Formats: sequence, C-alpha cells, structure tokens
Amino acid sequence: MIKKVRQHINQNEPLLFENSSPGKGGYQLPPLDVPAVDAASALGAANTRSEIEGFPEVSEVEAIRHFTRLSTQNYAIDLGLYPLGSCTMKYNPRVNEQVARIEGLAWAHPYQPESLSQGILEVMGTLETILAEITGMDAITLQPAAGAHGEFTGILMIRALLESQGNPRKKLLIPDSAHGTNPATATMAGYQVENIKSNQRGMVDVESLARAVDEDVAALMITNPNTLGVFEENITRIAEIMHAKGAQVYMDGANMNALVGVARPGDFGIDVMHLNLHKTFSTPHGGGGPGSGPVAVKQHLIPFLPKPRLERADNRWTWNYDRPQSVGRVRAFYGNIGMHVRALAYIMAHGGDGLRNATLDAVLNANYIRALIQPYYDLPHQAPTMHECVFSDERQTKRGVHTGDIAKRLIDYGFHPYTVSFPLIVHGAMMIEPTETESKAELDLFVDALISIAAEIDTNPELVLKAPHHTRTSRVDEVTAARKPIVRWKPTP
Amino acid sequence: MLSAIGASTLEDLFSHLPAEVRLNRPLAIAAGKSEYEIVDYFRARGELCANGFASFLGAGVYHHYRPVLVDTVVSRGEFLTSYTPYQAEIAQGTLTTIFEFQTMICQLTGMEVANASMYDGSTAVPEAAMMAMRVTGRDRILVSRTVHPEYREVLLTYAQHQGMPVAEFGYVSESGTLDTADLESKINKETAAVIIQSPNFFGIVENVKQAAEIAHKHGALLIFVFAEAVSLGLLEPPRDADIVAGELQSFAISPVYGGPFAGIIATKEKYMRQIPGRLVGETKDTRGNRAFCLTLATREQHIRREKATSNICTNQALIALMATVFMTVYGKEGLRELAQQNLAKAHYLSGKLQMRFSGPFFNEFVVSTGNRTADQINQTLLKRQIIGGLSLDRYYPELKNTMLLCATEMSRREKLDAVAGVFAQ
Repeated sequence: MIKKVRQHINQNEPLLFENSSPGKGGYQLPPLDVPAVDAASALGAANTRSEIEGFPEVSEVEAIRHFTRLSTQNYAIDLGLYPLGSCTMKYNPRVNEQVARIEGLAWAHPYQPESLSQGILEVMGTLETILAEITGMDAITLQPAAGAHGEFTGILMIRALLESQGNPRKKLLIPDSAHGTNPATATMAGYQVENIKSNQRGMVDVESLARAVDEDVAALMITNPNTLGVFEENITRIAEIMHAKGAQVYMDGANMNALVGVARPGDFGIDVMHLNLHKTFSTPHGGGGPGSGPVAVKQHLIPFLPKPRLERADNRWTWNYDRPQSVGRVRAFYGNIGMHVRALAYIMAHGGDGLRNATLDAVLNANYIRALIQPYYDLPHQAPTMHECVFSDERQTKRGVHTGDIAKRLIDYGFHPYTVSFPLIVHGAMMIEPTETESKAELDLFVDALISIAAEIDTNPELVLKAPHHTRTSRVDEVTAARKPIVRWKPTP
Repeated sequence: MLSAIGASTLEDLFSHLPAEVRLNRPLAIAAGKSEYEIVDYFRARGELCANGFASFLGAGVYHHYRPVLVDTVVSRGEFLTSYTPYQAEIAQGTLTTIFEFQTMICQLTGMEVANASMYDGSTAVPEAAMMAMRVTGRDRILVSRTVHPEYREVLLTYAQHQGMPVAEFGYVSESGTLDTADLESKINKETAAVIIQSPNFFGIVENVKQAAEIAHKHGALLIFVFAEAVSLGLLEPPRDADIVAGELQSFAISPVYGGPFAGIIATKEKYMRQIPGRLVGETKDTRGNRAFCLTLATREQHIRREKATSNICTNQALIALMATVFMTVYGKEGLRELAQQNLAKAHYLSGKLQMRFSGPFFNEFVVSTGNRTADQINQTLLKRQIIGGLSLDRYYPELKNTMLLCATEMSRREKLDAVAGVFAQ
C-alpha cells in the first residue's frame, strides 16, 4: 500500500524560448551616469553583434513562475529520504546557506588585499585544521573543486613524490568495486590501471594484492568503507604491503560518513585521500554540483601540495606561492570557498561529539534497513554493514524484474530510488545509503515500500515493469535520446 | 531499532573494526554551537573582509549586480537539495533548466552544443585541450600569453602527464593583442589546438577570425576562452572557433573569494561525442510527452572508466542554474544594455588615464602607473575605501608599473572620478 504520497495538480510549463515575446524582460538597470559609448566604434563593427538570436524574453513574473513550476517536478531531500548509495544525501542545513551569503564573504574578490581577506582566510584555515583532525592526516588543500578533482590532485602528488625519488612508476591498482572516477583519474595522471578482484566477503583480496604489487606500481586507490559499505578489515596490512614495495595508498573518501569520529584514515596507513564536502559535510548537491574535494596528506607529501598554500605567519593569514615542488595549480584562485563556509558551519553546529553521533546514526540506519529488507531481497555479501548496504535483484529477476524496475516503482511510493546497478561487482545492485538524518518513521515507510514491491513482483510483475505510474512524466525513452541527440532547443522552421 | 538489528548498543555496530584502526578519544573539535552563535561567528569573519569598499578588480572575477530572483530560485529546496538527475521521471525540473542552459550557451557563443557545466573556466580550458587532442589525433597545444595566467597554470598541471606538450605565443607590445607572427612561427602539423581568450587578460578584444584562419590552415582547432561572459552581450560570438571554454561567474555568481563558479564547454555538433561532462537531451516518455534526460553517458567515467573523456563527475548544476536565471531575467535586450553600461563605464574611466595598450577593450583595460608602482597607487586608493586594480608585473615581468582595472555597471561615477583623481595626483 502506498502511504507516503497521493497525486496533486502539477502545472505544465513550456520552455522559456517558447514563452518569449519581443521586448519583454525582467531586469532593471539604473540610468547610466556616464556618457554612452557607441559599441561599433569602440569595439569595431566586425566585433559587435546585433542581437543574441533566440535569447529568452519573459517578464519577471513569468520567470519566477517558470522556475517555480519546474522546481515542483523535482524530488529533493527536502521532500524525503534520498537513499542513493555512495552519494550521502543528507539534510542540508539552511543556516549554511545564509552564512555563505554574508556580504564580506560572498563578495570577497580573490585578488583583494590579504589585509582585507583575513576573515575568509580564517574560515579556510580553521576548516583545514579540523579536517586534518577528522582524517588523522597532516595537511589539507582545499583547492580541488570536487571529489574526482581531488583524486586527480592526490594522484598527481603521488606521482611527484615518486618522481622526486627517481621513478614515477607506471600503474595504479584499483579494486573492481571502485567508483568510475578512480580509473578515469589514473588515465589523466598518466597511469595504467590494473584491476584488483574482490574476495567472497566483498573486500580486497590481500593475497592477489600482494602478488600484483611490484616496482611498477605507484599506488593503490582504495575506497574505505568500500562501495559495498564494508570496512576493509585488512586495511593496515594492505598499507604495509604497498609501503614495503615503495608504493603509496590513496583513499577515496566518498564514504567518510561511516568513519568520522570513529576511525581515521591517517591512523590506518593512508598516505593521501580526498573528502567530498557535498557528501560527508552536508553542502548541497544542487542537482549535480557544486562540490568540493579537499585533499588530505601525510607529512611526506606536503611539499607537493597544490599552490598557493595558506599559511599563518606573524599572526596573520597569507598565501605562499614559493612552493618549488608543488604539483601546480589544479584550479584558478583557491577552491570552492562558498562550500568551505558551509562545511565549517556544519561542523560547528555538530561539534566533535555531534559529528561522531552522526556517524553512529548513519551506520544504525543502514543496518536497520539491511535487517528489515534482508528477508525479501538477496544480500550477496554478508560482511558487516557500515553506512550503506548493497542488495541484488537476484530473486526478482526470476520474474523478469530488475533493479532498475524496482527503483522506478519506488518512485510511485514517494521515494527517490537507491543507486542502481552499482557497484559493478554485484549483479543487479541495489545500493542503499539512508544517512543519519532520517527518522525511524521515514525508514519504516521506505522498508514497507520495498517489501510491498517484493510482493507485487510475485503477484503482478507488470505493475513494477511499467512503473512509475503516478508521476507526471512516465518512463523516459533514454535510448532514443542517445541515438538521436537533441541537446538544444531550436525554433520550428 | 537496535533490537531489529540484533545489537544491544550502537558501539556493537563497530565491533568488527580492528582495534588498531579505532579512534579511542573524542575528536579535538569544540562542542556544537547554536544557530545564533554560528551566524554571529561568520558575520564577524565577514566584517574582517572588505565590507563597504568599492572594487575595480576584474581579472577573471567581476562585480556584477545579482538580481534578487537568482537566490529566490536557487534557494528552493527542490533545486538546492536534489541530486544529479539520473532518475529522469522525478528530475524534470533540473533537466529542463539544464536543457535551457545548454541552449542559451549555444545562443550566446554561436556554438551548436554546450555541456551542462564544468567546475569553472580554468578547468574548462585543459578539458577543451584534451578534447582537441581526441578530435585531431595530434598532441601539441599552443596557448596565447594573453589567456588568464592562472588558466594557463591549470592547463600545464593537467597537461604534464598526458603527453600534451604546451607552448605559449606572445602578444604585440603596442596593441596588447595576440602576436599572429609568433603564432605562425610556432604552429605546425603537430598542433592540436590554438587557445586564445577574448576579451583577453588585458581586457582587449582579439581578432578571432584571423586566429581561426591560422589554426585551420594548419589543421588545428581554435579554442576560444572567455572569462567575462557579459561581454558576449555586445561582442560577436566566436563562430569561427571549434571549441569554446568559458567562465560564467559574471552571470549572478557571487565572487566568494574565487568559487564556486561554473565553467562551460561548447562546440560544433560534429564534435559532440568528444565533449566532456554531462549533457541533457530531449526525448519522450511512454505517454508521448516531451521529457528530458541525461544522455550520451557512454562518454563518461561511470560507464567508460579509464577510457572516459574526462574523470569529471560532479559539475556545477546549481551555479549553472544561477546563470540560467540571470540570463532569463536580463534576456535578449537586458544583457545587451548591461554590456553597454559596462562598456561606457570602462571607457569613461580609461579616458582619464594613461592607457598601456591600443587595442579595443570591453570593461577592463591596462593603464600605466607612471613613476609610481601599482601597489603605491592601490595603497592610496585603499585609504579612500577603494580597492584598485591588479598589478600586472606578478604575471608579466615586462609590464612594470601597470595596472589592470575593471569597471562594471556597479561602478558609480563618483568612484570612477575618485580613482582618476588618485592617478592625477
């Protein structure tokens, strides 16, 4: 039975371009207080355009209705559980949005004098110190713009370290359960990828790892807890094996929400890692970004951090550009500072104990879902669950229903689906991460929905195969979209 | 909940962690604070910054007015707290706005395809260069010294281990425009792309057509970079370029000390399958209604892994939405009028100062500071609550005693006069 939702009227909305009328606009500019300049004579007639062909022309009220109507066609955390595994869709506190808009911070220009930037530099410096404490690492760079960008930065640093020792080496070892960004990053840093198979328990197989490590291996890229939500119990041993061969250990910190306050990567042999402020530290996903991907390193990698480096000298914050061994800049200016402000606000609200409690609750919620759903869906890996659990559609495929169909049916029950078909090592994966911000009541509704869908699959699989039924947009033809791509609006001739 | 799991305490859920990895002390982080204390803390940090100062800094980050509608829209939880729109049936809001964004970027740049955004302009440049390598099968990149110096630094960082040698070509000292003779002498059959920026870092409008002709004559692509998007309200779009890589900060994105911003890559339809990042396409649902979805994902890392066009995953969707609302509010006439105001303000101020270059410029320009350094002038301006321009010798040692100044629609005439007054002293 569907308890969480019922249908309501939802407005149709054309594209802006279809709604435009000549001469409309929603802007007001003050009168020009200096003499006007003729564009063609100042810039050259050949350099000047006559108009922006096709650009929208709508009034202010049409504009706000347009975006408001469209917004109601989105699911969001503000509407309920968003159990995307590996994405950590937790509540985004609104105070974070407010403080990020404080004038002195929001309007700070990256080239304004340091003497007029001490407040924002203090925010960054404080966040660096706290992230180092949380990860157990020695230094942080806030420059990378997102997780994958952080991976790239970290691997560049490993390469620079090994080069300084005489040999950058050729390969990165990446477990088969890794995020796709890991192998893509390896390529961008000039490394070949060698996949490492997981064992029956869903963990890195220590024996195959030991066999794979040789003098050509630069590093292991490991996610811990891994994408099955399983803590790599042999992590200390794994790090020892890598270090014994002169290789480094990179940790993808996407799943750090399972560890904050409980265990620190710096204490289990990790040399360099990234964090996703938009996952663990609650900065909003915003429909796909912005993110922020700080990178944490141990002492031996500090010389290679991107430049400039934020430093404190003579009681003031300052940028140091004199970093001869630095891998260089990975981004203009200093990073996604607006996200740093939000993350620090999140940390301040929680405090040390609150952060640890969030971890405990995230793990509790994932284990609760696992326990209640296990009788109805196949759980291929039995190892203890941390912050997320991965089921498979094995039982349901016998009735011709796959993970993607179950996901679509969940929409009818008022939920955003889990992560579909990832990690790749689980056939028909259903990857569920509830996060700590969900109440028992919301989790129970979700569990009831999944149980109810399991029953529907037994009695009426067609119902699930054709889902969603209650959304304003029914199942979307993604195949045609890719075969005949239409990626911009054009006027009908 | 614990009994459903079969555990007796929360700690039991972590009992499988090896003892040596456990943190056996509380985190050394202060106790949690109330909302009021948090707001108060950040307000105080804001006051330690440049509140109340007028600014004439540009150089890739511009002070433009942000229409109220922008934050009204992006503060809606349905946009703010949603994820990447993989489940199209419940993400039509985000998908439709991205489709509109892609369309408007095409209209603005004269290109045929635009992606759903990159991290920023600086990272869009190396991504465009990597794209040119894939398209041409060549590996050398030639970049103009008039491209933003920090964009060039990021290009070098990305290029270093991808077998993509990067060389620079110079500018004409008199005009401040790119040196076509130097470009001609360096381009060859191995050049994958020529990268230019317009308005360039000195604010000067480049001859895109001429640069494109040189690039194309040698079988290379032309990558056109823009950092000041408002200029496209007046300037001819770079139709002769093959790839456009740009920064949208000027479109209602707060400076926030350098980010988050939103970059874009746009190109010709024939190169669509080589474009990095997310793309939204139009299709239909099973009821025959128009619908949008992410498309051509086979270019991307989650499918192609080490063979992907880029490792980019997260982009700047919410920031791109700010730009979308901005473009909607200003629209066809507004963006043009806004650009006109920028042009007029900059030319009013420049008319009172000694210009270093002769090339045509939009809202930024380089002036000589005479027998004073730029820093000396800036110190005097600071006493009048004015942040002056950027001293250029940090990036261009040959440009001693010069300053890059920017005026926008937010620069009031009395402030423009105040700057001119300090120069005249």
